[in-house]
Amino acid sequence: MGKFLVRRLVNYVVLIMLATTFAYLLAATTLSPRVNYEERSPRPTEEQVDQRLDELNLNDKTPLAERWVVWASGVAKGDFGKTVTGTPVNDEIERRVWVSLRLIIVGTVLGSVIGVAVGAYAAVKQYRLFDKASTAGAFFVLAVPAVVIALSLQVFATMFNQAVGAQVFVYNGEGTLGLEAGFWGTLWDRLKHMILPTLALALAQFAAFSRYQRNMMLDVLGSDFVRTARAKGLNRRDALLKHALRTALIPTVTYFTFTFGVMMAGTTFTEKIYNWNGMGSWVVDSIVTNDVHAVAAVSCFMAVCIMAASFLSDILYAWLDPRVRVS
Amino acid sequence: MSMSAEHAALEADPGHGGADEVRVSGRWVNVLRQMLATRRVIVGLACIVLLTAMAWIGPLFNPWEFGERDYSAFLQPPSPDHLWGTDDTGRDIFVNTMVGLQKSIVIGILVAVLSTFIAAVVGAFAGYFLGVTDRVLMWITDLALVLPSFLILAILYPALRDKGWVVFVILLAAFMWMVTSKMVRGMTISLKEREYVLAAHYMGVPAWRIIFRHIIPNMSSLLVVDATINVSAAIITETSLSYFGFGVQPPDVSLGSLIAAGSRSATTHPWLFVFCTGLLVVLVLAVNLIGDGLRDALDPQSKHRS
Amino acid sequence: MTGTEIQTSAAVEQRNGSAPVLEVSDLHVTFPGEGKGPDIRAVRGVGYSLRRGEILGIVGESGSGKSVSSLAAMGLLPDHARVTGSIRLHGEELLGLDDRRMSAKRGETISMIFQDPLSGLTPVYAVGDQIAEAVRVHNPAVSKAEAADRAVELLELVGIPNPAQRYRAFPHEFSGGMRQRVMIAIAIANGPDVIICDEPTTALDVTIQAQILEVLKTAQRETGAAIVMITHDLGVVAGLVDRMLVMYAGRPVEIGAVDDVYYRTRMPYTMGLLGSVPRLDDEEKAPLIPIRGNPPSLSALPSGCPFAPRCPLAIDACSEAEPELQPVGAEGHAAACVRTGEIEEHGWSAADVYPLPEASGAGSGQPPREYRETVLDVDGLVKHHPLMKGAVFKRRVGTVYAVDGISFEIAEGETLGLVGESGCGKSSTLMEILSLRTPQSGKVTVLGRESGRAGHRERFEIRRDVQVVFQDPMSSLDPRMQVFDVVAEPLRTHRHPRAGLRARVNELLTLVGLDPAHAARYPQEFSGGQRQRIGIARALALKPKLLVLDEPVSALDVSIQAGVINLLDDLKAELGLSYLFVAHDLSVVRHIADRVAVMYLGRIVEIGAADSLFSAPAHPYTQALLSAIPVPDPEKERTRSPIVLEGDLPSPASPPSGCRFRPRCPKFRTLSTAEQQACVDTEPGLNAVSQDDHGAACHYAEKRTVV
Repeated sequence: MGKFLVRRLVNYVVLIMLATTFAYLLAATTLSPRVNYEERSPRPTEEQVDQRLDELNLNDKTPLAERWVVWASGVAKGDFGKTVTGTPVNDEIERRVWVSLRLIIVGTVLGSVIGVAVGAYAAVKQYRLFDKASTAGAFFVLAVPAVVIALSLQVFATMFNQAVGAQVFVYNGEGTLGLEAGFWGTLWDRLKHMILPTLALALAQFAAFSRYQRNMMLDVLGSDFVRTARAKGLNRRDALLKHALRTALIPTVTYFTFTFGVMMAGTTFTEKIYNWNGMGSWVVDSIVTNDVHAVAAVSCFMAVCIMAASFLSDILYAWLDPRVRVS
Repeated sequence: MSMSAEHAALEADPGHGGADEVRVSGRWVNVLRQMLATRRVIVGLACIVLLTAMAWIGPLFNPWEFGERDYSAFLQPPSPDHLWGTDDTGRDIFVNTMVGLQKSIVIGILVAVLSTFIAAVVGAFAGYFLGVTDRVLMWITDLALVLPSFLILAILYPALRDKGWVVFVILLAAFMWMVTSKMVRGMTISLKEREYVLAAHYMGVPAWRIIFRHIIPNMSSLLVVDATINVSAAIITETSLSYFGFGVQPPDVSLGSLIAAGSRSATTHPWLFVFCTGLLVVLVLAVNLIGDGLRDALDPQSKHRS
Repeated sequence: MTGTEIQTSAAVEQRNGSAPVLEVSDLHVTFPGEGKGPDIRAVRGVGYSLRRGEILGIVGESGSGKSVSSLAAMGLLPDHARVTGSIRLHGEELLGLDDRRMSAKRGETISMIFQDPLSGLTPVYAVGDQIAEAVRVHNPAVSKAEAADRAVELLELVGIPNPAQRYRAFPHEFSGGMRQRVMIAIAIANGPDVIICDEPTTALDVTIQAQILEVLKTAQRETGAAIVMITHDLGVVAGLVDRMLVMYAGRPVEIGAVDDVYYRTRMPYTMGLLGSVPRLDDEEKAPLIPIRGNPPSLSALPSGCPFAPRCPLAIDACSEAEPELQPVGAEGHAAACVRTGEIEEHGWSAADVYPLPEASGAGSGQPPREYRETVLDVDGLVKHHPLMKGAVFKRRVGTVYAVDGISFEIAEGETLGLVGESGCGKSSTLMEILSLRTPQSGKVTVLGRESGRAGHRERFEIRRDVQVVFQDPMSSLDPRMQVFDVVAEPLRTHRHPRAGLRARVNELLTLVGLDPAHAARYPQEFSGGQRQRIGIARALALKPKLLVLDEPVSALDVSIQAGVINLLDDLKAELGLSYLFVAHDLSVVRHIADRVAVMYLGRIVEIGAADSLFSAPAHPYTQALLSAIPVPDPEKERTRSPIVLEGDLPSPASPPSGCRFRPRCPKFRTLSTAEQQACVDTEPGLNAVSQDDHGAACHYAEKRTVV
């Protein structure tokens, strides 16, 4: 099995490299850092700008291939270059990556686990109140774009805070700046800041997963092996939970890979709307500021995340389904 | 013809057999009937028809033109003069929203049709030929899946923004076909084993014709459902991009750009935010209802899903 | 159901002095129609009683309600089914029990074995655990270890080798036959009083079927349970059951002791059923007796007797009211027909009642096959393909020797039956021939043109001469094309002049016995038999010389099957076609084939003229195969003793050394060690065993009669 994992990993690395390069080339040809200087006053001379851009390896007068070689050899050594303001991209990544990962991991785990549980239970209670309510809820959430979910939660939080007259919900930033409250105080502060954005992300995940899991459950509900399980004396609920759910989890794992990309986009919006300084909000800012290297770095991060999710789901798949396990 | 063949003719003719005289109607009639029997599809269709009519006919009955400013009413709440109020430059929210709705509907449908078409062709060719074709096409698909589409769109679009929203449609479609094409590929691999496909192959029908005559038409249910779901996905993506200013650009408006404009004052001047958001949710919900209902009507296996 | 049924069961009860274990009376099952559609009345008034240790056969074609009635007894019908009547288990009413109380009965007192063993076990749990679960669900006090021990015992009982190790295996690692053994183990885990077997061997090969029937007999001996055997195969019930019930359109139409039903048949439907089965023990080739028409739709039943529209004896009275079961002849024998009295009086049998199709002149007046043109010549054909493992992490783990050097030829106007069990390579052979590619080794010559050497153009030409009819009438026609387009597709592909297209399609449809007026319909509007006829019409469109038939009748009910077989017979005589007929049903092959080739693990083990091969097979495998096929004749079946092969077909990825059949060969075991050496060392070639071209690949071939 090890050999196949390695081959798959190599394939992933190649894909990530290509995706990053593609993003770099795209950004380098369409974004123009030179514009940033033209708007300054006093307007710097062209030589000054050229010199500055050369330092940053962002000068559009240098052939693209040449710039790419410099950038790529840096990346190969683990250096993603400098931002338009001259700070190292790596430092910025270091600062932001955990902010995003925290949101992604907690949001995904929470959303998919609750989604699967609700979907499975809805299938067991088909046509009952719980099923109808969860279906209606999922339908509604699926119809609301991530942006609108995030915005609406913010609006509700504001109204709630105003009504109560206290800052129960916070929806700005990932933590209070300059807070000095010790370990537990900081943790509590962070948690409070996390609630709304995580909820915004998890809601969309939850809706998609509960729908999917319910349908998968109902698909295996009529299958022969569930009938066998009932024929041996398991009651409906046990047969569904022990035999149907366990089997219906397998396609959900594949579904996870497909939804992860959408989830990543959702993270971008959520971070931006809640003013989290993560990778997602960085990409929006860096496009506006023509920050080519930052864009490439975030692309790389997203590709790595998607590949990691895909790899994880392969492993999960093999773990759940004895048919694909290779001895 | 021999006697026994005649006897066989008697046997095979349902008229003579007398048992099974109920004439079964054609497939599409059946589907239509099932579709109409599904309440979700009816509700969804009704909403869509209503919204479409409202988007195109509504502005005709409104005294204000798109882009026209009422200098006597800035940021006014809904009133008989301005049904849904006005924004900070005195534009009528109702007209603005209707024009945005038009754009969102058009973009959604065009993107869905285009991306489903790409998905069908790529997936069917990969699945039918397998081998090198499959590896190349699926590798491209994987690559497109790995590329953060939001980011690419965001970078590319401003560069092409003068080309208008049609380019935007093509770009959106270019990043929405991958998952469907993987499903199409899987289905093609199983359809390929169907005996009518083998029969066509063994009678000498060329491969590309088999794909367009036997494979793709037999996936039409999947494709129709998927196109429907893609309509809502396209609308949602468009909204998100426009929200950050990477989508539809002024003077064009879409629901996304309106939501972006309205969200900043959602708590203080709710009419700027509520109407466009509400319409968006209703639109996407209606499309999803149709898609879900269609899946049940077209896929006999999923009939038990509600 | 009726007074009669209750009377008869009461009489039986008195005679035996034992109360029935299971008593079903007046059972009705209705599925509400979808939307405004009419209700589907799947079961209408079924009644029977079952004594301890008794085996009851329920026979009927698809849609006759035989399975639905048993699912009702298990309480496993979907919630929306309306069930009325009474089902009593040890006198306790089962209908109306809630899920919890019914679950306590299921698997404990009444258990069931289903048809498809491949999907019947949960794919993600080890087989042993699934058996142990059945033990523990009814006896929570039993510890996990004890339940596991019991599961191993049960695995041993049903004949799984190395049960302790196989306990940990997953269902996908087991063959169909082994999985069915596991299903039986689950069913008997708690020593039930009633076991319902729903077509338990239909999905299995004949040699495996023989094994499973043996296991079922063992299981019955161990548990003393009464068995309800549901099947469409009149051969399987003949030797196994004590009494049988024939169902048609949801109703019992004949019930009685098995000999009474087979030899003193009183219901025209049962007669037709018995007459339409091709029999392995039939020497002469008389046309089969098809029942005309199709079974009625269960949502639109005709008034009166549902069989009347198809019945050759129908009179006006038949359409007035639905006849009840009337006692006839021997005790316990009853039939639902208004003319039972007349039938009994005249002693009519199927041959008297049904119009006999005229025999076609096939084979007569043809020159001997040496003087006829060779239509297909296969010489040393080899098809190996890589064996891949894993769905996510694919890798090559070996080579499947699907077709490993086979040779045969088909003369003009001849039918070669290619038979063998699943996995023997017969389908691969067929696909390899049809693909017209250059084979990995050997050559395929069609009408003197070697397909492997043909260029693109010539290959396209060859396709005109070789056409194919597939097994599954559901999937062999594109559901989105009208029948006209389906039949016209080969004509269009081969640039048939547009002008004559419609005339040609109509001609073809008439030829296969369909009404050209129906050309605008879609395939799904036709019944299975009709669809198969459309497939035949399509295959005939280009006037081919050779028709490759891949199990063309195996998906059809027997009464429909007979009509299609007769059609194929007629077409061959009329159009001078040659057939390559691939099938696993040897009875059908015996009926239709002139020559037969038996395949085992990618090799032909015996080939010869059908009469010679069936009456005196020389290879031990052919002998076992033939002896495993049950004959629809209770007396004959009781006296036959099938040669039960041990084990499964070995994987074609690792065939045994020397003779491939050696590990399962009953003959091998009777040989001395010195004699066995030849089997171990050298693979036998085809050697002539008699003058008439009959050859067998066995070192110790010896003719023997087994049918």
